[in-house]
Amino acid sequence: MDILYQVFIDPFVQMVELPDFLLQVLWEGFVSGILYALIALGFVLIFKASGVFNFAQGIMVVFAALSLVGLYALGLPAYVALIATIAIMGVLAYVVERTIFHHLVNQPDIILLMATIGLTYFLIGFGEFVFGGDPKVMITEELGLPTGSTAFDVLGGLVILQHIDIAAAVIAIIMVLALAVFFNKTRIGRALRAVADDHQAALSVGISLDQIWVIVWFAAGIVALATGIMWGARSDVSFALEIVAFKALPVLILGGFTSIPGAIVGGLIIGIGEKIGEIYWGPLVGGGIESWLAYVIALIFLLFRPQGLFGEKIIERV
Amino acid sequence: MLYREAGQFKTTYEADQAVFPILQDRIGVVVILVIALLIPLIASDFVLASIMIPFLIFAMATIGLNVLTGYAGQLSLGTGAFMGVGAYACYKLTTFFPDVNIIILVVLSGIFSAGIGIVFGLPSLRIKGLYLAVTTLAAQFFLEWCFIRIPWLYNYNNSGAIEVPERTGLGGFVLAGPASPPVTRYYVVLGIVVVTTLIMKNVIRGRIGRTWMMIRDMDIAAELMGVRPLFTKLSAFAVSSYICGVAGAMMVFFWLGAAEPSSFSITLSFQILFMAILGGLGSLIGCFFGAAFIWILPVVLRTGLPEIGIDIGAETVEHVSRMIVGALIIFFLVVEPHGLARLWQIGKEKLRVWPFPYA
Repeated sequence: MDILYQVFIDPFVQMVELPDFLLQVLWEGFVSGILYALIALGFVLIFKASGVFNFAQGIMVVFAALSLVGLYALGLPAYVALIATIAIMGVLAYVVERTIFHHLVNQPDIILLMATIGLTYFLIGFGEFVFGGDPKVMITEELGLPTGSTAFDVLGGLVILQHIDIAAAVIAIIMVLALAVFFNKTRIGRALRAVADDHQAALSVGISLDQIWVIVWFAAGIVALATGIMWGARSDVSFALEIVAFKALPVLILGGFTSIPGAIVGGLIIGIGEKIGEIYWGPLVGGGIESWLAYVIALIFLLFRPQGLFGEKIIERV
Repeated sequence: MLYREAGQFKTTYEADQAVFPILQDRIGVVVILVIALLIPLIASDFVLASIMIPFLIFAMATIGLNVLTGYAGQLSLGTGAFMGVGAYACYKLTTFFPDVNIIILVVLSGIFSAGIGIVFGLPSLRIKGLYLAVTTLAAQFFLEWCFIRIPWLYNYNNSGAIEVPERTGLGGFVLAGPASPPVTRYYVVLGIVVVTTLIMKNVIRGRIGRTWMMIRDMDIAAELMGVRPLFTKLSAFAVSSYICGVAGAMMVFFWLGAAEPSSFSITLSFQILFMAILGGLGSLIGCFFGAAFIWILPVVLRTGLPEIGIDIGAETVEHVSRMIVGALIIFFLVVEPHGLARLWQIGKEKLRVWPFPYA
């Protein structure tokens, strides 16, 4: 009975007794959820437009952030470094398309996935080779992003909000809106969706696959840069972020592989669920459950709604 | 005309069903085995302990992954964790039964890994592809967490690591622990790997292996032809995890001597996956090629580059070999999706008509 009490009653008692702490936990979860969502957004972009599950998105985030910091360290002004990094992501998109995906049109999904795993490995080696493996500090202030924090007095306690987190949320919302417009209202956006449905059919109606893939990889690169800046501002810029990128997979399962709003909602569910689980239920089993809770949530979810919250019904049932 | 089967007639069903029907192949296998047995005569302890033993162990783990991903078509990113289960199971077994021969315990520890593999393979009945990758990632992170958080698994050690106690096998040979000479460990590992490879070669040729390949190539058609997906997929998970588990146990007991939970991290899973891709998915000999390539490449770079006048540090070697491996994976996927094993096969076919390329 005692264990039942600890699992089913006690966490909720704690939540009600310390509402300000709960609020702080929720906010922390919300913020990490936004960052998961931003990573997932890069995945969705490429998956939606080319059917490639881009495993390298996580490392692209690190790579973009490292380039930005590295260029700034070379003496470039912050905004020039930013523009140069965007250019680098463009070059990366072009090279990736030319050297890899140009040759893999219409291959099975699993081959495409493995190609991006190879790309991940290459980029890790390349990034460490060029920038070194040690963590670096993100140039938050130089880019004009807000720093510092505000404490709010609510529910009998203090809730602290970091300004950079608020900025991250705002940027995520802007990016999602822009992408939604891009996908649904523009010519290129519609071409992207055609490519996602069927490579060969899109080719046969005169859509240039090469061009489309460069565009989406570039867009994903910009999303990666934004994610990298936000993440780097919260902690250091290092290859440790790579492991965080694995969280994007459960986020996508939850939100659906092709849905941009799904990526956001999924990210928030995983982010908040993880924090709540860790704080209130984690101590029962010794803590640290954050590392796998997201996957278990996704697994349970998979059994009931395999296409995700907003996804199209594309899953192959066996 | 180095390589022909012309004139080699088969007059019995046994001869037709032989593992190596061509004389040259049989000679080749015998030669390779003899070389493998004689290597300790010329190789130093260092070469045995840090190149040959890990190479064989990685080849074993790659065979395990290849059964699942290459033959049964289920992508797995949790190989490292299944190896960890084998290692920890073996560690617990040897604390419970200190008098039992360590080789038996190593072989038995794979069973625990197989059990865990079946549990995490269950979702494969409903989902596949990328979605399945999530469940294997869940296995990876969950099991890694277990290795850290369940002190019973590492006998409440303060360091949180498992350390291999000294164990002697038949005839008083010291097989595990710091005092065991690399030569004996090499022969034990070689024996287990050779036996496993032979068994797997036959399993894959046989009924079970063929059903795995049917499920991989087209599951719905396979089901219509009377293949039971439940049994087929779970057996693939069980066999794969068993082999990975034994490889993990060997890794700790015959190579590393001690292991932390981080030894079985996702990095290891990816390393094994790369070996499988580079060597060739769906090929046993490819597992050895892949393991040799990825394990020996950094060693060659580390010793070879200073020889030709390029002086680079150990860290740079690590980065460069990562880049090369990544680039090679992409190269192989684009140019030769069947990996090194396919190159080997092409080589054999060329030799068959040599010196007349169009004969």
